Parts: sequence; structure tokens; C-alpha cells
Amino acid sequence: MTPLLEVQGLHVAYADRMGEFCPALAGVSFDLGSGEILAIVGESGSGKSTLAAALLRLLPSNGKIQQGTVLFEGKNLLDASPQDLRRIRGGRIGLIFQEPSSSLHPTMRVGQQVSDVLAAHESLGRRTLSERTNQLLATLFPADAARISVSYPHELSGGQRQRVLIAQAITCGPSLLIADEPTASLDPTTQQEILQLFETLRQNLGLAIILITHNPALLASLADRLLVLYAGRVAEIGPTAQVLAAPKHPYTAALLRCLPSDFAKSQGTRKAKLQVIPGDAPDLSLHAQGCRFEPRCAVRMEMCKSDEPEAVAVGERHEVSCFKFPG
Amino acid sequence: MRPLLRVENLVKHYAAGRPSPPKNKFPALDGVSLSIRARTTLALVGESGSGKSTLARCIACLEHPSSGSIWFEGVDVAGLHENQQRLLRPQIQLVFQDPASSLNPRWTALEIVSEPFFVQGRFSKQERSDKACAWLDHVGISRKMVSRRADELSGGQKQRLAIARALALEPKLIVLDEALSALDYSVQAQISNLLLELQSSLGLTYLFITHDFAMAAHLADEIAVMDHGRIVESGPAERILRSPGHHATRSLLAATPRVPETPTILVNF
Amino acid sequence: MRYFLRRALHAVFLLFGVSLLTFLFSALTPGNYFDEMRLNPQISKATVAALRAQYQLDRPLPVRYLHWLNAVAHGELGFSFAYNSPVGPILWVRARNTLLLTITAMLLAWLLALPLGVWSASRLGRAPDRILSGTTATLLVIPELVLALGLLILAVRTHWFPTGGLVSVGFESVSPLQKLQDLASHMVLPVTALVLGTLPMLVRHVRASVAEALQAPFLRAAVGHGIPRRKLLYGYALRAAANPLISLFGFSVGTLLSGSLLVEVVMSWPGVGPLLVEAILARDLFVVIGGVLLSMIFLVGGNLLADALLYWADPRIRTAASAK
Repeated sequence: MTPLLEVQGLHVAYADRMGEFCPALAGVSFDLGSGEILAIVGESGSGKSTLAAALLRLLPSNGKIQQGTVLFEGKNLLDASPQDLRRIRGGRIGLIFQEPSSSLHPTMRVGQQVSDVLAAHESLGRRTLSERTNQLLATLFPADAARISVSYPHELSGGQRQRVLIAQAITCGPSLLIADEPTASLDPTTQQEILQLFETLRQNLGLAIILITHNPALLASLADRLLVLYAGRVAEIGPTAQVLAAPKHPYTAALLRCLPSDFAKSQGTRKAKLQVIPGDAPDLSLHAQGCRFEPRCAVRMEMCKSDEPEAVAVGERHEVSCFKFPG
Repeated sequence: MRPLLRVENLVKHYAAGRPSPPKNKFPALDGVSLSIRARTTLALVGESGSGKSTLARCIACLEHPSSGSIWFEGVDVAGLHENQQRLLRPQIQLVFQDPASSLNPRWTALEIVSEPFFVQGRFSKQERSDKACAWLDHVGISRKMVSRRADELSGGQKQRLAIARALALEPKLIVLDEALSALDYSVQAQISNLLLELQSSLGLTYLFITHDFAMAAHLADEIAVMDHGRIVESGPAERILRSPGHHATRSLLAATPRVPETPTILVNF
Repeated sequence: MRYFLRRALHAVFLLFGVSLLTFLFSALTPGNYFDEMRLNPQISKATVAALRAQYQLDRPLPVRYLHWLNAVAHGELGFSFAYNSPVGPILWVRARNTLLLTITAMLLAWLLALPLGVWSASRLGRAPDRILSGTTATLLVIPELVLALGLLILAVRTHWFPTGGLVSVGFESVSPLQKLQDLASHMVLPVTALVLGTLPMLVRHVRASVAEALQAPFLRAAVGHGIPRRKLLYGYALRAAANPLISLFGFSVGTLLSGSLLVEVVMSWPGVGPLLVEAILARDLFVVIGGVLLSMIFLVGGNLLADALLYWADPRIRTAASAK
């Protein structure tokens, strides 16, 4: 079965003030089936937001997609004409940016902002537009959709704004949703509500979802597959349960060890030191050879300094880029 | 033994003129009482709007409570005059969530940590520089980085800098208001290790405010849970985690994301 | 509502202050209308003295001010010595003429500035934007006086437009349509001068505000939703850039009476400008005060209008105001 989204060898770089290109993503490849939920896990500087923006060609003016293909429903998005691209954005692929507080227009009512997206893709009369918007808001705000519809963003709570962003993303019935850190600024209980909402959307609408986060534990129960990004490269990608229970890439293992252990089971490990990843996140503007994780890797080898590992299959739809797993 | 900090029946109404969210019809702090023993960590856990930041600010003498008392080493801080409070300030320091807004981005790390010594006015330039470098070293900022400007540092480094600045005054109590929440998890691990080490070597007391129960569970000796301006449950960390009583505690615990089975060894080669 | 009452009260206080200052300054300047008359041997001393008493010029200053204030409250703006008639009618006629020019110029300038600014901001840094920026910068540097004189020279040389005045000789005897044509042809030059004087600054402000709005995260989000380009520029970016532009609009309204003085004088347009200049030179106290007061009313009114528009346009201001 052809996957809904196929990304092959994506290379993205940013130009700095001198015009030199600094790589942000290198050779990123993955695919996504219809109705599948993929979690992209990465820390600051890993390139996860760049990836989200690059898929729809929404990079800032100094960003450039240097190589690769992004096949969506069989067509390469990187070759699409501006009209096609506009049709796909919001129409076939819904995008939820970070920071709900600044992703909404400050002086427009949120109901209007949702209708605008619908109006941009379907030519409907004013009445139909209004009805469809109200129906959608009613599903996301069962209690007070009418009040929310005429509110302004600054009158809503963080969780409510997040729901409005979700409404904007799904109003035209897309087949893929990309959500960049959708729960970052929310309380734990609100986080869980929003994640539950994504699951409901997947079930009811058959949506495929890419969720970007920096907390691997967050999507443990929601995501089908997990993609771990480090320094702009895919370190590991595989079924969530497998990757979390038995991570193959040294970075994945180290990252999971950083999380405070499941406290219900912990006895006497409280206030103990956490195992950290020594060193700092890599500076991608410096040219380096070899594996990007090598300076901090606990199991590094000689060849890791000079060569970059390729992706190798280690299980059912499970790949790792590490010399510990020769092809 | 007398606790280092004791708060009794603290009440704080929202300041007039600030648009309060429509759902808040209760005071920011509604009769809060707690105590912290020296050299221990109390974690204050709650959702946003529960009043934890307001409590932190009152304890750090940045805001005046409407009523109630705050006893620090036996002295009623809330009742003190402004000048006397100022003498007490070095002993209670605050580290904020967002280092970008609490550190002057154009100052170098050295300047930021030297500033408290400058304000005290007792030290020569060389002395200030030496003391500042010593504290920066203590938090893991190497000599090479001391002359970097704050906006050139990473998130983790900025928080280390904020901690160094707080330590420079040799406080007894450090209030960490969501100080780790904005950091990556690998960086959170580094900073939490740093905090633990500083606690044991310098005898610090922490008030750790967060909505992340997992980190609270890891760092705290005692946990207090806040909801709607009140402390709804408090006690030793073990007890709260094992058998939470109040529904707010239980829902927070349930909402905390956790990895099903944390691996402790790498796959065998 | 309380917000407005406070702003309006503030405005009233401002007007009081201004009127007092103007009164003081004009009354304290050396010389008055009657000194000139005294030099004229044909008018007897007794007549001068009688006139002075009639105009109460020998009463102390505070008394004169209070009398004047009382009169203004009743709608009388005083008496013009030079024209020998109440100030009110003179001022209204001149004000009407001025407003004819300035309102036309303001509307034209704004209707041009908005699309030009938006278009420039959307092509920031590229050739069309640079050309427009260069042009506006040049126009800004040229003094209004030079612009007005330049246009006048154009009129003289080409005979395309009349070289001054409101209407031509024989205005009363032609048909309404011809009257309109005549008026319009007289208006072209002064309106052009005014537009050329104000347009560059407006365009630059619109460009700057819209360029800033185009960088905002919500705009990128809107692009991500596939909102079409025109709607992005006008419905989203311009709308978000509205606040500083509304304040600027209030300022435009505020200078409706006072901003065209130079152009009116150069082009012999019978507006408030030339009237004020003559009155100052002739020490015609009440005309000066009346003119300044009227201009001030417009200025303060313009600000109040801007406040009202901001309140209506930006919900965040409404929330902040109602929380106080």
C-alpha cells in the first residue's frame, strides 16, 4: 500500500548573515501511512520545527530546501506550483504551529478565523460557511461553542486556543495533520485532553497525524511510531513500544534515561542523580565529520569520528543510523 | 527543630486593575500554610492559576500578602519594614522559568554574576571578578564562557547562570519557579543533578515550584499540592506519590506523562 | 464608557489651557489695533478712546479673559477690529474653504497611501519597494513651500490650471455644472501640493507597520492554512497593523485646519491660513484667538477620534479599559 506521505533524503539549510549555509536537516527520510500517528521527538536544535515547516515549504526567507522529495498522495510537494501548494495547505494537509498564543490573529474573532480557512478552500455561501463553522466548533467545544466563536484570542485560555488551532487545521477535512509541539505551554490535565482529542480525530476522521514534541513520554500511548531526531538527522525510527522499551540508538537510550524514572515504581532512587548525556547539543554551524552524536556517545568507536552512519533496518519498520548495527 | 521557613494563613487578593480571568472568583492565595525544614526540598505542585507563583513571589518578598505571616528563621518577614526586608533579601533568592527575560541579554555572564557583589559595595574589581568566576565554575560554566553575552548562551547555560547569580549572595533558601520547565529533558537532567549537588555541598533549602509531578517526585523530600489558591494536600513525598488523597493530586498524577518501562541498560552487543 | 468620559474631560481641560495661553500671548504682544489708528491724523483722539472703551481694552487682563470665555460659551467668538464684524461668520467661511481642500487632500492621500504601502511591504527589499522608498524619501526632503511654488510655476507656464484663488471672476453667473468645474480646476493645484506633502510620510508608515505584521507568527500560520494572498495582505496584515495607522489618522484629522497654511498663502486660497496671518500682523486679537481655538478643537477632536477608533478596532484595548 502506498504510504500517504513519503519523505526521501530531505536536506534543509539556513543562510546566516554572511550568506553561508548552515545545515539544519540532513538526509531525513521516513514514511507515513494513512491513519497512522508518528511522533517526532527531538530536543532544541534537532531540527524538528524545521522539518514541520519544510514539508509544506513554509521556511522563513533564509531557509532553503537543498535536496530531497516530499511525496504526498503521490505528488512531490517540492515541485508543486504556488496554486497547488496553496490548495494543499489547509486543504489536504492541516498545520498546527507552536505557540497558540501567537498563532492566532489578535484582533479577529476566532470563529471568523476558522471560517476564513474554510472559505479559502471551498466556495460556499455565507450561511453555509457559518453553519459548517459552528458545527465544527460545537464538536470541539461541546459546552460553549457560541461564546467561543465570537471571542477574541486573548479572552481564551491556552487549552481553548489550542482547540481553535485544531479547528482551523481540520475544517477542510485534510488527510494529514502536522502538529508542532501542540501541548508545550499547557497544564498536564489540559495536555491529556488535547492528546485524547487527537486520538478521537484519528478514529473518527481517519486522519494521519505527525506530532512533534521534545518529551518522548508524552506520546507513549498515542503514537504508533516514533522518530528520534538528533542534529538534523534521523537517529532511529520504529514502533513506539519497541523504541521505548528497547532503544537501539545510543542517543535514544540516553535520552530516555534522562527522564525521572516512573515514580510509582521507584524506591530509593528519588533524589539520586539522573544519568545525563554529557556535553551540550551540537552546534550545527560548525562543520563536522562523522556521526553527530559521537562526542557525547557512551559506546563510540573509531569509525564514528570520520564516517556518518546510514539507516539500517533492525526490525519491522524499525531503522537505526548507528555503526553498532552494520547493514 | 524550628523550620527555616513557615507560612501561616497567607491570603492575597488579585491586584486591582489587572484583568482577572472570568473563572477566578477566588483570591490568589486563600489561607495558605506550609513549612520547610532547612536543607530539604519542598515541591509545590499545581496547575496554572492555582496560585503557586503568587506564593513564590510573596515568600521572596516581591509582593505583599493581604494578610497572614511569613516566618523566616523565626522573623516575621511580611510584617517587616521595606528597609529591613532589603537586608533579608540576599537570604531568599528566586530563579525564574524563563532565563531569557530574567537575565539582561547584553551583559556577559561575568557581569551578571558580579552584579550582586557590586551592589553590596564591599569588594574591589578583582575580588568581584574572582568571586564571580568561582560561582560560575561551581555551576559548570567554564572559564571560556564567562565573557560570553547572555543571549549567546543556550537555555541550559542560561539557567546555570541564573543559579550562579542566585548563589552569589549565599542564600539559605532558593525558590525555583518552574525553573526547569522550559528546558529540554536532557538539560533538565543536568540541571537537576546540579541542584542536588549544590544542596548537599552548600546546605541549601529549595522551594521547587512546578506542574511536572515527575520532576517534583524526583527532587522533593516533601510535596504540597495547590489548587485554587489553597494547599489541598501536603506531606512526605513517598506518601503523596503512593497514596494521593485529594482529587486534584490524583488528577495531576494521572496526567503526568511517563514512559512505560524505563530502560537502564543499553542493548547487548 | 467611563474611558471616554475621562478622555473627553481631559480634552476639555486641554482646550481651556490652550485658550488661556493664546489669549495671554496675543494680549501681551506689544501694540494693538488702536495704536495704528492713533497714528492716523484723520481719526480724532476721542473716537479712538471711545472705541477702546467699547472694546474694553482698558480693563485688566483676567476680566477680559472671563468676558471672552463667557461669550464663547454663548457661541460668540468676539469682534474683529479689522473686518469690523463678528469673528464667527468670517471664520466659518474661511474654515469651510480650508476644509474643502484639506478633506479632499486627506482622503486622496490615505486612499493612495494604503495600497502603495501594502504593496511596498509585500515586496520588501526588492526593486519596486526600493524605488518607492527612494521617491518618498526625496519628496519628504523637499519643503512644502518649494512644492507649492513649483506647482504654481507649472500653472503659470502651461496655463492648464488657474494660478490662485477659489473661483474665477463671473462665478455667480454660470450654470451649477460649470461652477463645479471651475471650483475643481482651482482646487487641483493646492490639493496636489497638500497630497505631495503628506503622502510620503503616510506611505512609509503604512509600509513599516505592514512589514512588521507580515513577520508575525499568526501570519505564517495563515499562510500555512492556505489563505489567499490578497486576504493575507489586507484582511490579516493590514488589520494587524491598524493601531499605529489609526493614531496617524487621528493626527491627519487633527491637522485639517492647521496643516494647509503654507499652501493656502502661496496659492491665494481664501482659507483660515491667510486669515490668521493677516490677523496676527494686524493685532486683530479675537480673530487670532478664534482661529487658534478652532484649530485646537480639531486637533483635540482628532485625537479623541483616534482613541474612539482604537477602542472600536482593537479588542485588547477594550478588555484593558474595562478592567480598570
